[in-house]
Amino acid sequence: MDLPLIVIRRMAIGVVTVLVVSLLVFAGTELLPGDVAQAILGPGATPESIANIRARLGLDQAAHIRYMHWFGNLLHGDMGTSLVSGREISVLIAERSSNTFLLAGVTALVAVPLSVLLGLIASTRPNGRIDKTISAITLTLISIPDFLVAVILVSIFSVQLGWLPALSTIRPDSNFLELARMLVLPVTALSFTVIAHMARMTRTAVLNELTSPAIEMAILKGVPKSRLLLVHALSNAIAPIVNVIALNLAYLISGVVVIETLFNINGLGKLMVDAVTTRDIPLVQGCAMLFCAVYVLLNLFADTISIVANPRIRHPK
Amino acid sequence: MRNIQSKSSPFRDLLQNLTPTAIICLSILIILIVLAIAAPWVSPYQPTEILTDESYHLMSDSMLLGGDYLGRDIASRLIYGLQITLGVTFVVTVLAFFTGCLLGFLAAVLGGIFDTLLSRVIDALIALPAIMIALIVIASLGSSLPVLIVTLALIDSTRVFRIARALAMNIVASDYVEAARVRGEGLKWIIWHEILPNALGPLAAEFGIRFTYTILFMSALGFLGLGMQPPHADLGLLIRENMQGLLFGSYAPLYPALAISLITITINIFIDWYLQQLDSALPSEF
Repeated sequence: MDLPLIVIRRMAIGVVTVLVVSLLVFAGTELLPGDVAQAILGPGATPESIANIRARLGLDQAAHIRYMHWFGNLLHGDMGTSLVSGREISVLIAERSSNTFLLAGVTALVAVPLSVLLGLIASTRPNGRIDKTISAITLTLISIPDFLVAVILVSIFSVQLGWLPALSTIRPDSNFLELARMLVLPVTALSFTVIAHMARMTRTAVLNELTSPAIEMAILKGVPKSRLLLVHALSNAIAPIVNVIALNLAYLISGVVVIETLFNINGLGKLMVDAVTTRDIPLVQGCAMLFCAVYVLLNLFADTISIVANPRIRHPK
Repeated sequence: MRNIQSKSSPFRDLLQNLTPTAIICLSILIILIVLAIAAPWVSPYQPTEILTDESYHLMSDSMLLGGDYLGRDIASRLIYGLQITLGVTFVVTVLAFFTGCLLGFLAAVLGGIFDTLLSRVIDALIALPAIMIALIVIASLGSSLPVLIVTLALIDSTRVFRIARALAMNIVASDYVEAARVRGEGLKWIIWHEILPNALGPLAAEFGIRFTYTILFMSALGFLGLGMQPPHADLGLLIRENMQGLLFGSYAPLYPALAISLITITINIFIDWYLQQLDSALPSEF
């Protein structure tokens, strides 16, 4: 099979995955035995009012009809209205998403170059002193939950020193400096774990490449070590590294949910957690679909990159 | 593993290679586990008992780590929180390994439509971020201990399934399984006597990895207020409850966070050591 065909096939699988994900999200929220109408009205609800709300939400229709209806609307960008605030979910999500993308984007900008660099440094002398230090630090960081990092950062920089705000309630009129000050702690807390993962995986990817016959050939040819690492090994390790980056950005999704709640950032993660707490099912569905779609797309992107970067597929015999 | 006749058991070999780091990690883990099991005897107070009406009581002889926002003893709540977190995580991981390994082994041995169908379903579940699955289930069912355990076990078992299936695939392709099949051994025998003993080493490491993952994940849910419900608290909820304390100069949220990290760091370092042992125990190819 030639390259475009493989990529198109992978994209098609991605589309199917999003479809399946939408089915799972719908099934998870609608078919599990918890009764939404009961949840909204609380234990004191009369049977009539429950029947009323069920009719209003369309819950009296068959599940597959409701799914078609829901998914059809979703494709038009209509996610329904929130049960709690009564506002359009698409508007709510649009309002909040910029903050989340800002948080995740800045984290990616900080974490990606730093971790690739750390991974490269560690792989220059495998099992040397620097490598062992980096390895010990990253192993420790992987085991630490991001909320511990956040709690420590807040207690040092907000409470003890008073340099940075403990809460990062981003308002539309916040200026650049305020925004930067508010983002330092959440971005640092998020970066720690992600950097640790990415640095370790980058090291493994580069070391894997360094043991390949091609590199052995280059060593025998007398290629200098820096060129060996940066040109020969790195260019071949780009596919696995990009894969690692995309996977970790996907990992950011769960980090974002926790960190937004901790720093009170009004982004999508906090929106969703609040929706889960108040059992605002349509809003949970909307947020879950968005998060899952981004996750699937990032994975799809990583796969496509590694397909395109693979010389065996690029130049078929 | 019952049939091993030789004098050196793999377990004894492992013990002989314990490094000082591994011994320290193991001791810390054992102390924490004993503390969790012995919670009713070692904790100074009942975890829900309100001792003072002052918020964030300072450290004193009667309250070793101080009081929380309601005036409860932090040390006692911490010990009971440890019990809940370790206990739930243990049940979840065992459940996940039981279902994940059973289905994974079956998929590898049976193959065909059973394997294809099951693998597709698991692939679909893995295509969702774990936290999304948990949030969706908790949104529709509400948070309770059974919901929490089943959800976490379901998420974990999808990951265990993949690894168990991959391990079993390799083993099933080997000559000794072929020999057992020709001998006419049944499915149950092949899984119990051929696959399980040979997959046990890597699976043990995976058990540790899933255990730390579940602790972190459960603590994140607890921290979001979507895990255990008050007045009982796991380590994650303890952080949430006392976050405000930071502003009053109390370190109340730090202790549970440190406890979580202590468990996960020691387990991870221990697994690192164990995996090195596993690697060196394998016959070298050269």
